[in-house]
Amino acid sequence: MHSVKKKGFGSNLKESFFKNLFKISGLLTILTLLGIFALLLYSAVPAFKEIDLKEFFTSTRWDPTSPEEPEYGLLSMLVSSLLVTAGALFIAFPVGVAVAAYLSDVARPKTREIFKPVIELLAAVPSVVVGFIGITLIGPLIARVFKMSHGLTALNGSILLAIMALPTIISISEDALRAVPQSYTEASLAVGANHWQTLIRVKIPAARSGIIAAFMLGMGRAIGETMTVLMATGNARSFPHGFLQSVRTLTANIAIELGEVPYFTTHYYALFALGLVLFLLTFIINLTADLIMEKQKRKLL
Amino acid sequence: MSRSIKKSKNNKFEKSVLLQWVGFFLVRLATYAVLFILIYFLYDIASKGYKSISWEFLTEAPRKGMTQGGILPAIVGTFLVTMITAIVAVPLGMAAAIYLNEYAGAGRLTRLIRLSIRNLAGVPSIVYGLFGVILFVNILKFGTSVLSAGLTLGLLTLPWTITASEEALKSVPDAYREGALALGATKWQMIRTNVLPYSIPGMLTGAVLGLARAAGETAPIMFTGAAFYLPYLPRSLKDQFMALPYHLYIMATQHHAIDKARAIAYGTALVLIVFIVIFNLGAIIIRARLRNKWRN
Repeated sequence: MHSVKKKGFGSNLKESFFKNLFKISGLLTILTLLGIFALLLYSAVPAFKEIDLKEFFTSTRWDPTSPEEPEYGLLSMLVSSLLVTAGALFIAFPVGVAVAAYLSDVARPKTREIFKPVIELLAAVPSVVVGFIGITLIGPLIARVFKMSHGLTALNGSILLAIMALPTIISISEDALRAVPQSYTEASLAVGANHWQTLIRVKIPAARSGIIAAFMLGMGRAIGETMTVLMATGNARSFPHGFLQSVRTLTANIAIELGEVPYFTTHYYALFALGLVLFLLTFIINLTADLIMEKQKRKLL
Repeated sequence: MSRSIKKSKNNKFEKSVLLQWVGFFLVRLATYAVLFILIYFLYDIASKGYKSISWEFLTEAPRKGMTQGGILPAIVGTFLVTMITAIVAVPLGMAAAIYLNEYAGAGRLTRLIRLSIRNLAGVPSIVYGLFGVILFVNILKFGTSVLSAGLTLGLLTLPWTITASEEALKSVPDAYREGALALGATKWQMIRTNVLPYSIPGMLTGAVLGLARAAGETAPIMFTGAAFYLPYLPRSLKDQFMALPYHLYIMATQHHAIDKARAIAYGTALVLIVFIVIFNLGAIIIRARLRNKWRN
């Protein structure tokens, strides 16, 4: 009320001050994303004064501290990252979609209200704790089942990453299933389909884009995960030939070597080049997921 | 119901009923399995970790090559870093959310900001660590310190606090805004008197959840300030620090006497988890209360 009187030049100044303050904060997010890309690029480029770009992407040998001929090939690590991620999704995607279906279509509202926060809690378990569980629980279990000396293998990493990717997959798939208009469900039930048939043949196909996006985001999460794989997969440098082998992923390699590398050497810059590859990989995955979800939203409107 | 029983002579119908039963059973089984795994993990760490927890464990520095003593420096370090994270991520997150929800139109810039936020949320934590090493440690010359690590974690947390703050702003009914504007309030007056008071609890809840997650991160602080072992507490923002998650990593993998360190590792894991569960439960309870308040 008295605010009306105050309206004048000073008030306008204040208005634009706050508006710009908020706007700058918003713009900062674009700046951060561009900044990450630019600084990674800036720190990765010097590596290629000495490293052949083709060798970097096609060689399977990574041995920067070799006394004779340092080698910089990322292929083994890239394949390891993809292997562990593929294993994780193989477990987490079906389970995640099943849990999402349970929460959105089967569970009572009360049950759902209890389960949702618990699954959110799973997302809050720190990756280093998951890695620790990999060392103390899952690893020894794998060793016993497959009669190996230790269980620090790609399989261990896949199981743990599956657990970590689950909350993402569940919550996004559930959102997608819940976004399917009620009329679809009603129409399906009205023509005599039961709830299961409706879920499988109407709702999941209608929510397809969202569920694919959930898959992509789970994949992004798994590829970028560091501590868990660092602790649980054994970190052997060789090219991976199966799930029962020790592997070293891109993320784990950066974490292992950045601590001991002298600053501003070719090896140091090469680690940033690995970081750049990782950044671009996850960026493309996330962007694709984003575009799929946007499309889905527009379709359902 | 009676009609469906009559119909069940129909073989195809019976099959679909059976299929539904099996299907529902499977999705329920999947859900219970996930819950069981979570509870089993927590139980395992709690049952093996509680023996290590003592007053000494929580209030003393590590001793004898980290095979004895406590984790006080790690608790204090994590607390300090999380404070810096909060100072960066909470106000910026709120401000960006206010811009997006209250000011921004549906233009290209807004779409670009939203796209950036979603992509920042997907940037791997180790990449934030690399970014922190270049920008905070080297270019800005903060060195490996509480400050560098806190700022790195702040940027990592930002997308989460923005999203949570926006959700809180969205939950304020438009009528509150229209009421203020109709009385002649300017936009900022409207936000200050009729939007923020109702959304701040929700914003802070989201912020707490984001900070709890940041406190558990290891990869971003490994190279920006966390130290393997420090007998003293950090005295300034330029000092290195010990942190709970990094300490757990060290005790679980890098220690020279892994067997002796195992008990301390379990204890550290338990302390870390208890912190995070308390934060999460707190936030969940506050959120449930708020939701009920809005409903009434």
